[in-house]
This record gives sequence, C-alpha cells and structure tokens, in this order.
Amino acid sequence: MATVPKVEVGTDYKEKYGFFVPEEYVFKAKRGLNPDIVKEISWMKQEPEWMTKMRLRSLEIFRKKPMPTWGADLSVIDFENIFYYLKASDKQSKTWEDLPPDIKATYDRLGVPEAERKFLAGVSAQYESEVVYHSLQEELTKKGVIFTDTDSALRDHPDLFKEYFGTVIPPADNKFSALNTAVWSGGSFIYVPKGVRVDIPLQAYFRINAENMGQFERTLIICDEGSFVHYIEGCTAPIYTTDSLHSAVVEIIVKKNARCRYTTIQNWSTNVFNLVTKRAMAYGDATMEWVDGNLGSQITMKYPSVYLMEPGAKGDVLSVAFAGKGQHQDAGGKMIHVAPNTTSTITSKSISKGGGRTSYRGHIKIYPGANNCKSFVKCDALLLDDESRSDTYPYNDVDAENVTLGHEATVSKVSDEQLFYLMSRGIARAEAETMIVNGFIEPFTKELPLEYAVELNRLIQLEMEGSVG
Amino acid sequence: MADFEIKDLRASVEGRQILKGVSLSIAKGEVHAVMGPNGSGKSTLSHTLMGHPGYAVDGGEVLFKGQNVLALEPDARARLGMFLAFQYPVVVPGISMANFLRTALNSKRGYDGKDKSKQVTPKEFRSMLKGELEVLHMDDSFLPRYINDGFSGGEKKRAEILQMAMLKPEIAILDETDSGLDIDSIKFVAEAVNRMRGPELGILIITHYTRVLEFIKPDFVHVLVDGKFVLSGGPEVADRLEKTGYSEWGKEETAQPQEVA
Ligand SMILES: Nc1ncnc2c1ncn2[C@@H]1O[C@H](COP(=O)(O)OP(=O)(O)O)[C@@H](O)[C@H]1O
Ligand SMILES: [Mg+2]
Repeated sequence: MATVPKVEVGTDYKEKYGFFVPEEYVFKAKRGLNPDIVKEISWMKQEPEWMTKMRLRSLEIFRKKPMPTWGADLSVIDFENIFYYLKASDKQSKTWEDLPPDIKATYDRLGVPEAERKFLAGVSAQYESEVVYHSLQEELTKKGVIFTDTDSALRDHPDLFKEYFGTVIPPADNKFSALNTAVWSGGSFIYVPKGVRVDIPLQAYFRINAENMGQFERTLIICDEGSFVHYIEGCTAPIYTTDSLHSAVVEIIVKKNARCRYTTIQNWSTNVFNLVTKRAMAYGDATMEWVDGNLGSQITMKYPSVYLMEPGAKGDVLSVAFAGKGQHQDAGGKMIHVAPNTTSTITSKSISKGGGRTSYRGHIKIYPGANNCKSFVKCDALLLDDESRSDTYPYNDVDAENVTLGHEATVSKVSDEQLFYLMSRGIARAEAETMIVNGFIEPFTKELPLEYAVELNRLIQLEMEGSVG
Repeated sequence: MADFEIKDLRASVEGRQILKGVSLSIAKGEVHAVMGPNGSGKSTLSHTLMGHPGYAVDGGEVLFKGQNVLALEPDARARLGMFLAFQYPVVVPGISMANFLRTALNSKRGYDGKDKSKQVTPKEFRSMLKGELEVLHMDDSFLPRYINDGFSGGEKKRAEILQMAMLKPEIAILDETDSGLDIDSIKFVAEAVNRMRGPELGILIITHYTRVLEFIKPDFVHVLVDGKFVLSGGPEVADRLEKTGYSEWGKEETAQPQEVA
C-alpha cells in the first residue's frame, strides 16, 4: 500500500461540516496530462483498445481547443498541476458492511439517513475517482436493469456500452468534454429495459477528497422505450488549499415514451471548478427532466440540455444556484427543438450573497421545420445584499413557424415586508431570512425526495449563517 | 395600573410626520378601540408599535414589562408578548402555514434549535391547532398552503387571528381585522377574540367602523384624526360615531360600512 499523502484541510471546512476523514490511496498517477498518463490510466483499467484510442484522440482535441472565454473566468486552472487518476481502495466492496470505515464515517457525518440507505437500490458511491462500492438490488437485476459504475459497464457490457458511449456528447463537443473523455474514471451507468419502471430513485454519493485532484466521472443512462428511472447524485466536498477541478460528462438517451429524471445537488467546496456537460436526447413522446442544484464551488458552468429529437418529446430543466462570497454560478439550460410539436421549460432560481455572482445562461433553439413547438423560460434571481450580482443571458434561435416562446425574468431582494411579517411573529431576523430564501427555492425543493429537501434546507441555512449583520 | 403604555408617540413615514403625539395606557384585561377615518394614522400606529423599519420614531416611548419596546427589534417585541394582526397580511411564497406557525411558536418559546424541551411537539401542535381552527371555521387544508398565498380576504384575516390564538400574546393589536369581512366572518373572528379575552390579555382593536364593536365590546374608545386622539371615552363614543361618523372633525366618512350590493 502506498503511503497516505498529507492533505491540508481548510479550517473552514471543519467548522462548517464538522469532519474530515484522512484517506488512503492505492494508486495515484503523476500530476499533469500527456499521452503517457492517458495510456497508463487506460492500461490500469485494462480497457479495450478502442477506448484507449478514443481517450488519446480526445486528448488531442482537448489540447487543440481554446479555453472558452464567453462565460466565467477559467484562466486560473492549471491543467499540469492536477492528478488525473486516483483509486481509493484496490477492490470494490460488495456490501455496505465491506465499505472502508473512513468512507462510511464520511457518509455518516454527511447524514445520509439510515432509512434511505435501505432504500438504496444500489449504492454507487464514488470515492476519489473510482467507484469503490457497488451493490445492486436483486429486484433491479430481475427486471433486467443495469446499474453499475461506468468502468464496470465497459468491462461487463461492452456492446451496449460501445453503442451509446460518446454519442450524445462527442469528445469534440467542447474543451471539457474532450478532457473528460480523455481521462474519465468512475461515474454511473444505467440501462433500463423496455417498459420497465424503476420506482425508487437510484442514488449515488460521491466526493472528491485529495489535494489538486480532478474528478472526471462519466455517466451514461439509457432509458429504453416506455421505461422510467429517477437518478439522483448528491455530494459535498472538503475545502482544500489549492484549486480543484471537477469536469463530468453525463449522457442520457430517453427513447420513445420513456421518462428520465436526473436530480443533482452539488455542494462542492468553494475552491472547486465545476465544469459539467450534461445532455439528453429525447425521442417520440419521451420526457427528460433535469433537476439541478448547485450550492458550492468557486465556479460552476453547467447548462443541462435536452435535444428534442422526435414529435411529442418534452424537456424540463429546474435549477437552483447559490453563490456566496467569491463564487460564480454560471448555470442555465439548453433546449434544442429538432422535431415539431416538442415542448420545453426552463425554470431557474438563483441566490447571490456576500458579493457572489449568479448568471443564467440559456439557449432555446428551434430548427427549421420544427413547427408548433412551445418553450417557456422563467428565471428568478434573489440578491441578498448590494454587493451581489445576477445576470441573465438568454439566447433564442427560432427558425420554425407557429412557435410559442415565453420568457420571464425577475430580480428581487428579500422583501422588508416579508421579513417584518415573519419577525413580528417572534422569528429572529436570520431565521426569517433563511425561511424566505428556502421559500424562494421551494419550487425546486418540493421536487426532491424528502431527505434531500431537508438536507438542502440545512445547507441553505449553513450558507446563510453569518450573512446577516 | 397600565401594563402597556404609549407616551406621546410621534412617528413619520418617508419624512412626513403622521403620528403627532399619541398617548394611551392599556391594562391587561382591557379592550381599547382606536377608531379613525382613512389615512388618520391607524396603521402607522400599529406598525410603529410593532417596529416596522419603514416607520421612523420621532419621539415618545412605549413601555411594556418595564422595557422601552421602541428599542427592540420586531421579533423581540413579539417574544416579549406583543402581537399585531395585520390589516394587509403579507404573502410569503414557499413557506407553508404549518411550518410558519410551528417556527413562530418555537421562537416564542425560546427554542433555538438546541434545548429540545422548549420545542413544541407535533402532538401538542396539532391539538392546539385543532380547537382554534374549529372556532374560526377553518379546516386543515390551509395548513400546507403558503403563507397568505392565494388566500381570500376573509381567510387572511382569520389566519391572523389563528396566529394570535397560537402565540398567546399579552398585548394584541388588531389592525382593521374586520375590514372586508362579511358578517359571518366577523362573528367567527369576534368569537375567537372573545375566547381569548381575559385578565392576561390587553387588546387594541383598530377599526374604521363601529360594527365589529358590537361583537367585541370595548372598554374604551379613542378617536384618531390626523395622527392625534381627538376624543377618548367609554363605549358611548362608538355610539356617537355610529350616528355622525367623523363629520365633527371635518371628515366626510361615516363609521358604518357601505352595504355591499
Ligand atoms: N408605507 C407608507 N408609505 C408612504 N406613505 C404612507 C405609508 N404608510 C402610511 N402612509 C401615509 O400615512 C398616512 C396614514 O396612513 P395609515 O397609517 O396607513 O392610515 P390608516 O391606517 O388610518 O388608514 C397616509 O397619508 C398614508 O398615505
Ligand atoms: Mg390602516
């Protein structure tokens, strides 16, 4: 076993979340990025040749593509100073009991409820950059559902994997999807067969926990015709002394009459760059719903999108962003109406505090011939003080006829009248403010499973603490 | 002896003085009515007493339990035992009435998230609610609704009185709780208020019209015109207003509501 590297923890983190768990690494690649490292990663994972080649090709694309400059400031990311592969333990655990105790301790402190664990259809808890724990509920297996980590999926379901991997988000899509394809590790893979409904949400917890390491998980979900699945990812991460990069790719295929909901609550530590590409293809009468909450990170750039490929397809994005001091949440959604009679909604709620900055960035594209489409965008921003900032950047490209397009945007402050009303009932100012903020994002919270709703309200409370003078 | 004492209170809104020296003493167990035409400063009085940040105190004192409450934040005033039933209850989206009532009750009891013994239990909460809901002719269905959101005028006012019943104040200010209510709703509200009447509660009932005073009998009636009391006395003052309205003070308004056609 390799020795434990010394990890410095921001004092803040300990105060805020009350824990930090030292960890053991089995393997840690060298810092930096070059073809040898990429080959080494692929070799370590014993991948088929096509994947090794795809990784190397993606690395080339990554190197050629310029850094995007249209959004948040990314110039401070030093790609040479990042570990591109870590493995927390050398074998996968089969049951919860087998989980390494320090990992269990982490989940305990995060308050993952006992009852919820029982519900977990298969826990896919990514620790460092690879899934260490995975257990598949019998029922799911019986129904033919595959829920596994992405590395195992490549090994165990090579044909299915190859058919879909990289088809929704090709490496050349953007600089960070190229990077992810070059060095991806971990993530979840889900296949739901025709007509199968997965009644309980499939959940994954993961976090990053090493200095200067990147997380490049890769998730691929295939909902076959008439199926349904709700996937939930949630995480909270320690604060480190140097910057950390998280750049995931999530690809989803929702076939005819199927429905997929993908829920995220991300609370990265405030030094993390969270640059995620999420995209779904929805076919005839299919529904894709992104429910996306971003609380942490230094910079988040994330615009879940849905390509509405066939008539009757429906896309929804419901997102919440919270930006505190030094944070920039650049989030939104994209709806690409390729086929006629497709509908989409984007609802974005943002909160800025202590000089934090939120941006809504959205793109509605309606292709020629995609007639009779409907799209509605609503963004509401709440500013908690005068130093904070919120902007909206909506882009619409409409090349079809008989299109209904709606856009509503509001920017507001915590209302004195509301605050006075709550305080007149004896509720202290800070608590009243927290209530109002939680009320503001309630349209989002009410879509979450109860435990997550409670956790989100608690996180907002933590974020709000000390915000009132 | 007065338990709640307003001494020469002066207050302004947006730089304009509205209250021009108001004095009033309330002992627990008493019901005082403040009557006045539109714009006379009734809500300015209620808001100033409760500490609304938009109302500036230019002078005077308000004493309650040995403290000058004007120095306290609104939440501290409430925890001290004051309550304001708003003329225009505020909509707060995303927070259920149940959550609001529970949080308010916990705050009132000094529960700060630590000492669980101060926390209201679900059982206690439900049983408290049940009785009060009945008196006000309300049902459970309003509990999951957001605070005052989409409430009718009558529902809002009843919800105010429900909050009062739950929080059990020692000084309650009811700002035009009767306005906009039909006669049945006024009766329900009055019944709920009368139930709370007793030696531990002083009430300041602010109204434009005499009608509510038929159901909640005041011990004292004060007439507020242009930010000053122009007349104070017993219930007979209300009778006088019933007949002549506010005309003696140059205001053309009557003290009886227009019958709704
Ligand atoms: N928030 C406010 N902003 C501006 N003017 C106000 C405000 N509140 C009250 N006023 C003014 O103060 C005067 C008294 O109003 P108010 O106290 O509401 O009277 P009442 O409740 O007796 O009808 C009115 O002229 C009103 O226009
Ligand atoms: Mg008024």
